Amino acid sequence: MGLHFIDYWGYPSALDVTQGDREMDVQTLQLKSVAYRKTILEIIKQSGAGHTAGSLSCTDILNVLYNHVLNVDPDNFADPNRDRYIQSKGHSVEALYTVLADRGFYSREALATLNKYKSKFIGHPTRKVHGIEQNTGALGHGLSIAVGTAIAAKKDGRSYRVYTLLGDGELAEGSSWEASMTAAHYQLDNLVVIIDRNTLQITGRTEEVSSLEPLEDKFRAFGYAVRHVDGNDIPALIQIFEQVPFVPHKPNLIIAHTVKGKGISFMEDTVKWHHRVPTDEEFAKAIEELELAEVKLKAAV
Amino acid sequence: MELGKPNQDIFATTLLDLAQNDPTILVVTSDSRGSGKLVPFGQMLPNQIVEVGIAEQNLVGVSAGLASTGKKVFAVSPACFLTTRALEQIKNDVAYSNNPVRIIGISAGVSYGALGSTHHSLHDFAALRTINNIDILAPADNFETRQAVLAAMHHPRPLYFRFGKRPVYDLHAPDTIFQIGKAIRLREGRDVTFIASGETVARAMLAALHLEEAGITCRVLSMHTLKPFDSEAVIQAARETHAIITVEEHSVFGGLGEACASILMQRGLVVPFKIVGIPDEDTVTGSQSEIFDHYGISAEGLATTARTLLQVEQSS
Repeated sequence: MGLHFIDYWGYPSALDVTQGDREMDVQTLQLKSVAYRKTILEIIKQSGAGHTAGSLSCTDILNVLYNHVLNVDPDNFADPNRDRYIQSKGHSVEALYTVLADRGFYSREALATLNKYKSKFIGHPTRKVHGIEQNTGALGHGLSIAVGTAIAAKKDGRSYRVYTLLGDGELAEGSSWEASMTAAHYQLDNLVVIIDRNTLQITGRTEEVSSLEPLEDKFRAFGYAVRHVDGNDIPALIQIFEQVPFVPHKPNLIIAHTVKGKGISFMEDTVKWHHRVPTDEEFAKAIEELELAEVKLKAAV
Repeated sequence: MELGKPNQDIFATTLLDLAQNDPTILVVTSDSRGSGKLVPFGQMLPNQIVEVGIAEQNLVGVSAGLASTGKKVFAVSPACFLTTRALEQIKNDVAYSNNPVRIIGISAGVSYGALGSTHHSLHDFAALRTINNIDILAPADNFETRQAVLAAMHHPRPLYFRFGKRPVYDLHAPDTIFQIGKAIRLREGRDVTFIASGETVARAMLAALHLEEAGITCRVLSMHTLKPFDSEAVIQAARETHAIITVEEHSVFGGLGEACASILMQRGLVVPFKIVGIPDEDTVTGSQSEIFDHYGISAEGLATTARTLLQVEQSS
């Protein structure tokens, strides 16, 4: 395919400049999102498999969480007081692996082994990889685990928060609603549930496959304090996370309105990119778009 | 043999004793504290019980999250629901993620008797044996139950226990050594070995007594651990006795019997062999005891099976 994977790591990006720095300005985080999207595409292209569009839709959420919100880093990962992030939509693992590499949990070069024979970088989150809290991949599991972890914090009088990211299509899994009942019952205001509301799932629009709306009403009825945010808007994400807890004694739920395939014009809001791997031509075009975005951002700075 | 208490009563009282001195012990229930004899636990240690309502998938997921923070978590629910509805959570959130939850299947096997197949767990050994990183125990009596709970406190991996709801006979001397993964020899004999698990061990013991009156001596093994499996005990039985009969409160497919058969075949050991359990059919209506009797898990039934096997051996 004419690609030399390691060469692509050489692209100048915000990653090299800002790694490990938690207090970042918005522009830096925006540059990071561009760099993350590049890396996501690179590792999916390199491995020949991956969940492209879903990783791109949640990139900004993970960026803000790991670079602005969570008190998690490679050195404190065994600390019982660390915040927890559990990715229930495990298939978007490429975004998570990329952000954790940037946070210094392992080298970015290690991601070249994604999905390869004997690699620890499996196509869904695994605790074999430093920085991953829970093995996920089967949908409808993350919320219950997050609820249990949040109950433990309450019992132990610890102040950490538990964040979990769910796909919108995933909400058809009944276990998510079982877990929601428990979250409200135990008044888990230390639990932050984020819905990656990109409105698409593998078959098509969520509303055509199995209607979710009125989603806010459902979550409110289950006892959450619900907020909406543009899930691809860095300043808006920063602002919404800073408002947690939204209401004392209520679990927090953020409906993050995102665009599946965000950042790449021909992937955006398109069902076929759920787990499609770009051709050489598509890949080159995508990288070109991201480089242009990077140039524009730097010019703005 | 004297009649003891139901194993799940012993589980509950043992756990309460331990939990009073260890606040990291948590029980998670799905509206199942009554069946699990955990009402006193909830009354005495309300901060150490987490109720999730009738939601077994959530029960196991929540337990996994709790266990990930270092709690010693016992997820208690009827075995029939826990190991089917929540099987994916057991596989992924507990076993694969290595969150060392102790999964407690109460009213297991055909304990619920006439309530029917919805309430029977005759598949749990088979389902869980194929899942990596979860050990499986089926204690036979009150002694084994108590020892198993004590052993679970320091067990490094996820565990599944199954307990019945009927009183069981005491089979062991108090000084018996209990070790997860090691069968206990309850009785020695040369002719037949009964390898039994859980609440069928007492039936095997009764059969052994019955056969001894006719001059047929029996070894009886309590195979309380299905995984890790004590292969050596099975191999010894094949080498030192003339026939092997496995007995389980489980489908004849995928459980204790087939585990033993697999070991014998792969070692090239051929002995007269019979798997006694619940056959692949619509289970007969009745109490646990009536169902056992119906399928030959009785002193008379097992004795007949033993005689038949020995006759086959003599005629071959």
